Amino acid sequence: MSGAVAAGRAAAWWPGPWTRPVPREPSSMSDSPRRLCGVYEGAVQDLIDELGRLPGVGPKSAQRIAFHLLAADDHEVKRLVDALVEVKRRVRFCELCGNVAEAELCRICADPRRSDEVICVVEEPKDVVAIERTREFRGRYHVLGGAINPIDNVGPDDLRIKELMSRLADGTVQEVIIATDPNVEGEATATYLSRLIGSLEITVSRLASGLPVGGDLEYADEVTLGRAFEGRRIVGN
Amino acid sequence: MPLYRDDAIVLRTQKLGEADRIVTFLTRERGKVRAVGRGVRRTSSRFGARLEPFMAVDVQFHTGRTLDTVTQVETVGAYARRVCEDYELYTAGTAMLEAADRLVDQEHEPAVQQYWLLAGGLRALAERHHAAGLVLDSYLLRALAVAGWALSPIDCARCGEPGPHHAFNVAAGGAVCPRCRPPGSPSPAPETFTLLAALLSGDWSTADTASTRHRNEASGLVAAYSQYYLERTLRSLRMVERS
Ligand SMILES: [Zn+2]
Ligand SMILES: [Zn+2]
Repeated sequence: MSGAVAAGRAAAWWPGPWTRPVPREPSSMSDSPRRLCGVYEGAVQDLIDELGRLPGVGPKSAQRIAFHLLAADDHEVKRLVDALVEVKRRVRFCELCGNVAEAELCRICADPRRSDEVICVVEEPKDVVAIERTREFRGRYHVLGGAINPIDNVGPDDLRIKELMSRLADGTVQEVIIATDPNVEGEATATYLSRLIGSLEITVSRLASGLPVGGDLEYADEVTLGRAFEGRRIVGN
Repeated sequence: MPLYRDDAIVLRTQKLGEADRIVTFLTRERGKVRAVGRGVRRTSSRFGARLEPFMAVDVQFHTGRTLDTVTQVETVGAYARRVCEDYELYTAGTAMLEAADRLVDQEHEPAVQQYWLLAGGLRALAERHHAAGLVLDSYLLRALAVAGWALSPIDCARCGEPGPHHAFNVAAGGAVCPRCRPPGSPSPAPETFTLLAALLSGDWSTADTASTRHRNEASGLVAAYSQYYLERTLRSLRMVERS
């Protein structure tokens, strides 16, 4: 069906004529079980459940990893366990920016050569790594710890937004660059932050979203192309 | 049927593996469909931008053994962008998507009315036809009514005694007459009952002129009503911003 037809029918339905069904008692729809059905016994199932909680690991992968570990040599498993214990023991989060750190402050916050006037706001520590790879940015970072996503129960208070605002309070910072992901949650978070910071005398900028380098223009989708148009800049002269 | 095509609204997405997403759609003909969008998180993805929550799309699916796969996507309504540019619209819109996801419980079971209701609601939200909070409340009341839980804003929800009445009871289903009124039922302002009726019937000229006080009172009742009949908290409802 074409867009125009779809939009037309939607308009007819909203606000459309209304017939009222009879109210009924709530049914007993219960939460769908989150836990994978316990196919295995005790320890094996516990391991599968734990692995299944990791990001990007589905039930099948969890099962595959669990059986790989069961079949592996003891010293191989010990290396993995040691690495996990060590990372939790040694690595923590920077008290200032929320990046991963091995001391009170992360490498970037502790570096006196970096500018205190610009803060780049990102969702995750891995975004710091991605931006550092560009070697374009010489300011400081602030890691939010995610993006606002009400369906997953993540609101502004669950992110390190209060900490960001207190870093902006003393007037040193002149510009905040918002580098949240270019998706719905990242954009909404950027909207929220720019409204919040907009009350202060600080320049707020958003990372330009545009065309992937190395691609053909004709292959760009209309959303990306539209954004690239909006983020265009003057060249020459 | 290895391939099928449908109009759909993206309700939510979840990361899968390195670069994929599981996308939950509310489709026009097949109700809820969950499908994999392969590689859509890569910045080079040809349709990642179209598989975002709030997008109204025309999708082609490939039937898989466990999950179907998205093979083509065209944009029908690019609401995501406009919704995200305004935090009030974003929080109201997210609550609408979450409610739709709850109300359409079963996959591949047609829910045509729910589809058109959500499509119209998101369009009204994105194009700012009315205040975001009013669109949300109207959507919730109508979506619940389609699901079989229609609020009775004027006549007594228990015995049908013609109203208006003074008391409101969530468990009874709306307005209650003095005889049916369970103890402890609140008594909202008469204008709030009028607003609830307007939101349910789509009488926007009445709804748009309601005062802030009555809007707030109505949205509190709609929230309580929604939570009761959905039997679970709508997580995004507590984050809805209202100006
Ligand atoms: Zn730091
Ligand atoms: Zn009665």
